[in-house]
Amino acid sequence: MSANAELIADLEAVVGGAYVLHEPEDLIVYEYDGSVDRGLPAAVVLPASTEEVSGVVRAARRHGAPIVPRGAGTGLSGGAIAHQGGVVAALTRMTRILEVDVDNRFAVVEPGVVNLDLTHAVERHGLYYAPDPSSQKACTIGGNVAENSGGPHCLAYGVTTNHVLGLEVVTADGSVHWLGGRTRESPGYDLRGVVVGSEGTLAIVTKAAVRLLRRPEAVKTLLAVFRELDDASAAVSGVIAAGIVPAAIEMMDELCIRAAEQSVHAGYPTGAGAVLLVEVDGLREAVDEEVDEVERVCLRYRPMEIRTATDPEERERLWAGRKGVLGALGRLAPNYYLVDGTIPRTRLVEVLSRIREISAETGLPIANLLHAGDGNLHPSVLFDERNPDEARTALEIGGRILELCLEVGGVLSGEHGIGLEKQEYFSLMFDDDDMESMAQLKPAFDTGDAFNPGKIFPAGASCVDVFQSAAVARAGAGAWV
Amino acid sequence: MSAAPPSLHAGLDAPEEADLYKCVHCGFCLQACPTYVETGLETESPRGRIALMKAVNEGRIEITPGVVRHWDLCIQCRACEVACPSGVPYGRLIEAAMSQAESRRGQGVAARLLSDLSFKRILPNQRRLTLFAGLLRAYQRSGAQRIVRGSRLLPRRLAELEASLPRVQPRFFRPGGIAAPARGETRARVSLLSGCVMPLVHGPEMSAVVRVLARNGCEVETPKAQVCCGAINSHVGDLETARRLARRNIDAFNTDRIDAIVTASAGCGTRMKEYGHLLRNDPDYAERAEAFGRMVKDVHEVLASLPLDPPRAELRRTVTYQDSCHLANTQGVRSQPRELLKSIPGVRFVELPNASMCCGGGGSYTITERDMSLRVLDSKTAAAAATGADVLATANPGCLMQLEYGVRRAGLSMEVLYVTDLLDEAYRAEDG
Repeated sequence: MSANAELIADLEAVVGGAYVLHEPEDLIVYEYDGSVDRGLPAAVVLPASTEEVSGVVRAARRHGAPIVPRGAGTGLSGGAIAHQGGVVAALTRMTRILEVDVDNRFAVVEPGVVNLDLTHAVERHGLYYAPDPSSQKACTIGGNVAENSGGPHCLAYGVTTNHVLGLEVVTADGSVHWLGGRTRESPGYDLRGVVVGSEGTLAIVTKAAVRLLRRPEAVKTLLAVFRELDDASAAVSGVIAAGIVPAAIEMMDELCIRAAEQSVHAGYPTGAGAVLLVEVDGLREAVDEEVDEVERVCLRYRPMEIRTATDPEERERLWAGRKGVLGALGRLAPNYYLVDGTIPRTRLVEVLSRIREISAETGLPIANLLHAGDGNLHPSVLFDERNPDEARTALEIGGRILELCLEVGGVLSGEHGIGLEKQEYFSLMFDDDDMESMAQLKPAFDTGDAFNPGKIFPAGASCVDVFQSAAVARAGAGAWV
Repeated sequence: MSAAPPSLHAGLDAPEEADLYKCVHCGFCLQACPTYVETGLETESPRGRIALMKAVNEGRIEITPGVVRHWDLCIQCRACEVACPSGVPYGRLIEAAMSQAESRRGQGVAARLLSDLSFKRILPNQRRLTLFAGLLRAYQRSGAQRIVRGSRLLPRRLAELEASLPRVQPRFFRPGGIAAPARGETRARVSLLSGCVMPLVHGPEMSAVVRVLARNGCEVETPKAQVCCGAINSHVGDLETARRLARRNIDAFNTDRIDAIVTASAGCGTRMKEYGHLLRNDPDYAERAEAFGRMVKDVHEVLASLPLDPPRAELRRTVTYQDSCHLANTQGVRSQPRELLKSIPGVRFVELPNASMCCGGGGSYTITERDMSLRVLDSKTAAAAATGADVLATANPGCLMQLEYGVRRAGLSMEVLYVTDLLDEAYRAEDG
């Protein structure tokens, strides 16, 4: 029996034969996620319970196989990609909502629960789950926890970590732990906070206790269309400067508008160079007042058109263009490389104009989609992966945009994680000491570097050193790192 | 740059690259897919099936029985097309993939013969199909069925299949000439596709369709030379037979003197609206096929656009509605059947949660992929039961037969009816 066959037999002993995939045609469909990277796993296993996850981890560890946790595979930084082979642990069968506590406003869910399904399950109580990544119809809570996902409404409500109360996790020795709990405060080290955003490198989340929010009394959405991108950017800075904190401020440039128009026929006027979507929620009177104020600010920057909507269907129409835009870019080119970086929002005009220069210089179109309110940029480089030169250039452009973000005082990622995609840029932001102190955390959860190895930290020599020194310091020389 | 390995797809019916590479694997389709939702497996998702088509196209994998297995398990409901922001034409991709799979199918000789017999010899030939339905009717009504069921001799799978057979109606619906003159002023002249299976198992319901159209001022004719639309053949990848049938229908319908070709079956409507793509490489028919496709309208589309003359009589029923995939997802007909139902006085309409999710019907899928079909069906039946409605309305024969079986399986007292049945009932009540 080959080593791989033994691994598969051991995994099958845990979850049953139907839920261990290893034929070529099965592995091929687990080699990708929503990002541009690929990697073929040796096996895919779909556990259905905490006990099975624990058994899977133990079995994979016995064979020295890396373990890559995976939700719906909608991630954009390669977090779910098995680039070193090993076992992909897909958590899409763990889809139960175990508990909804309406009075204390939290739910306990399994990691495979789809983000929007949770909101649907609790909306009859007037509650909802706030973090709303654009992929919320498909992405899972487990994946959101791993990537500390954001979304348009994170401007006012915060990202995933602000909504996770506690986590049940399986660590690399197969043991099960609760980090945090079901209340807002939890004494001791905030290990829950450590695992949120750890990109599957520390532990596998098997349950999450998450906050539920009460639906605001009123929501109003304003859509402002501008001829010039710069005017829209200036309007964003104007709104922030006026002291208004909307629930969301989203911006799309001309290329995005074109794609969205083809996809959902949002009805934007021709010649539109930028669209701003501003959503305000809260008490009815305050909402009306704030939207008026936002409108006054926008009017200072020569808008072509301003529309507002309060009823849910109208609002949904205004949002439709924005929510579907990413996939709609597929109408303009076979591939897009979506870059995720964050800048101080006062530098929007300057950074967007420099991105335009990069596009002109390289000849590849760049569509800009922004969570403008918190300065989170999503420039998407359009290319065709079947042309290796274009693919290479697209990746280079990504790097230049990230360097630009750092140069103006921003950070490497707003919400998509580092994963494989940005590990080479990690050292632009952190020096060796920083990285070493981060790397020292990993052996506390995962002594053998079994979970999602080779992610986040740079893959070059300097990084191996980081891991070596950290892991060897803990486990002693000669340990498998 | 080294040359890419050649595609392992072959022929004119291969999935087209321009279609394939529109998929940016964002995953937005996953939750729209009934087989993914049931299994949680990427292998049974639209994105996974496209990834396999790409892998074949890139020469990375042969069309193995394992690959075909995942394509086969697609119900072809095309809900993923609606969810897809990139506009991937999944319907024609899976159709093309199935045509690639057809010749490489890893099935036994007996299964192959049976499928050839039913799909290539019986289904496209209305005389043979009618004969078969007649035999089935005799079996069901002579008492033979009772004896067979009572004997419990059938193996489990065959017994399940036997139990799910539609009850063949005492009257067949036969096409030929003017089926009904318009009542009152003639508002439209339409040609009705009578279809293959529907006139045999749902003859009275077809007659109801004709009455409802006539009551709304439509002159209805049913061309005698028409044949099966080819949807079931397309579904299993037999595009050659589908093209043969399409050509005969294009010849059979005289589109000069009518306003629309009407179908009461969403699967047929979708197939015929897309004849243009099916015959795109046929110089003699390509143009006519496009024009034909543009003439095709679903009966609910026609009635709502006339607009409907609402019934005067009351029907005291609580009705819920299950979207037909091939009506909602491919033809965009969602609001019309609901409007028609709401226009009947006395009807209390309740929305079925997730009504656009497939019921697991899908042509021959109920037979070829029995287990998955039933898994999807049982989820649907449970949701329908929870609405408390006493009628589950739908707009397509495949859905109706599947849902009827689901209701029987679950032991519910709910009636499963066509939207047009309810309209007909109301109109007949008004006539007293």
